[in-house]
Amino acid sequence: MHDKARDPLLRARSVTRRFGGLTAVSDVSLDLVEGEIHAVIGTNGAGKSTLINVLAGEIPITGGAVELNGTDVTAWPQPKRARAGLGRSYQRTTIFPRFTVFENCRLAAQAARQQPWNWVAPASSCPVSTAAAADALEQAGLGALATRIAGVLSHGEKRQLEIAMCLATRPRVLLLDEPLAGMGPEETERMLGLLAGLKTGHAVLLVEHDMDAVFRVSDRITVMVNGMVIASGLPQVVRADPEVQLAYLGEGHDG
Amino acid sequence: MTDARSRLVAPILVIAVLLAFPLVVTGFYLEFTTKVMILAIFALSLELLVGATGLVSLGHAAFYGIAAYATVLLSPKYGAASIFWLLPATVACSALYALVVGALSLRTKGVYFIMVTLAFAQMAYYVFHDTKLGGGTDGIYLNVKPVVALFGNSLVDLGKPLAFYYVVAASLVLVFAFLAVLLESRFGRALAGIKSNEQRMRAVGFSTFWYKLAAFTLAGALAGVAGFLVAVKDGFVNPELLSWHESGAVLLMLILGGMGRLSGAVLGAFMFALLQLFFQWDAVFGEFAKHWQLLLGGTIIACVAFMPSGLIGLPAQWQAWRARRGKRTEDA
Repeated sequence: MHDKARDPLLRARSVTRRFGGLTAVSDVSLDLVEGEIHAVIGTNGAGKSTLINVLAGEIPITGGAVELNGTDVTAWPQPKRARAGLGRSYQRTTIFPRFTVFENCRLAAQAARQQPWNWVAPASSCPVSTAAAADALEQAGLGALATRIAGVLSHGEKRQLEIAMCLATRPRVLLLDEPLAGMGPEETERMLGLLAGLKTGHAVLLVEHDMDAVFRVSDRITVMVNGMVIASGLPQVVRADPEVQLAYLGEGHDG
Repeated sequence: MTDARSRLVAPILVIAVLLAFPLVVTGFYLEFTTKVMILAIFALSLELLVGATGLVSLGHAAFYGIAAYATVLLSPKYGAASIFWLLPATVACSALYALVVGALSLRTKGVYFIMVTLAFAQMAYYVFHDTKLGGGTDGIYLNVKPVVALFGNSLVDLGKPLAFYYVVAASLVLVFAFLAVLLESRFGRALAGIKSNEQRMRAVGFSTFWYKLAAFTLAGALAGVAGFLVAVKDGFVNPELLSWHESGAVLLMLILGGMGRLSGAVLGAFMFALLQLFFQWDAVFGEFAKHWQLLLGGTIIACVAFMPSGLIGLPAQWQAWRARRGKRTEDA
């Protein structure tokens, strides 16, 4: 039985990353499927951000392989992976603070149609990137803020903008590094709504510390401890796993 | 429409002033202005790197000097070269060196980038300083200035100060307009993105290294245009054209004028040259005029302290000050 829609968009096979003597990510395998949010949880230093960096191609891999849409992209540099449909957000907000909200998204969208040799036509008249930017802002709920300077947005709006910038590149796979970090309850609600909507058409990897949020939006959860996967599966299965409770959830619920 | 029109007012005014200037001024001041316009082209080329892309280079004079030397070395010893091949050839020399230097130095960042560009410029400096290639420390003369001729008819005589003034003024306007259009294009916006946040640019799919290399090479080529003009103007080149003093001076022009705006580079070049001229004026400073560098240095420090965004940022600074003051009186 072969179901095309269930073929993983991103497949990590035995991904390993060492920094000197420290193995930050050790033999991690996971699949990201369209229509699913796959959360990766774990204590600080478990290797979650390093995993995202390796998958995105931001730092080199030590061992293992990464497949994007069936193609081995292990040797590809980050910009090439991004153009092939791999978008990411950062734990620390990474935007263009002095541009307008719209220009942040337009410039991101321009990556799909760069034409650097065309030095005469103004960038603002590029129909491809302006259309993609408008769509992305609408989808992220930032349409009303398009003309604002990005640097003056609230923290939550900046996180939304970062996701809008990802969407403007029309990615297939989204790697989101703690999109809820530092958000108030209201902003968290808005972001969760946005995340749930992102499933359609995308495969999402979500690294997040907020356990309630993770269990609310995730379709699949992988738990990492010291760079290794100790459990992976459906949320209720992971929640009931004694090893997970001992290593991670137990501690979390004490505090 | 009115907005587009009002944006054209300043450039048209500047062009009118440039055209009319020789009607009121001749001799030393005409040549001085010609020299400053060449420096303004040089400053604009660096602005593409520093202001537009966020790459601070301390070796930009290498490209200026290499083109100046190429102008002399490629010209026939006892005949005139045609500008139509000499200018492209000299600019190509600068661009080629910039391509090599950029390919190697752009692998580093920040202060390392500054040091590596400086090192490459010093290398070029010592090639001309210590070898017989360009006459060593004495430099060499350009015996015959290039001609601007089509089918045997001379169009402009570059040896005449007035004609040369207009050639330089036209070059300045063209370089400015080229950069103004370029910076609004997709390429220009990508450079602005790299300056603002290179990590984000890579994450959305821009291979930033190639953009930076293109900007670096283009900046070298434009510095080459200035180098060509300065060699033709002076009819003489020496290693000082490539020295780090020259690289530092052009960086100071940007700082004085204000970075991030093309007009800042032009304003800075004029400001720098006028200050230099002023402090060398012995009618005012007497014996002390010998120490003009001291006064110039002090003035630049004061400028950086009191106008952090340069001359071009003064109106905004003034408005901010007015707003603060207004608020304070309201509070009282």
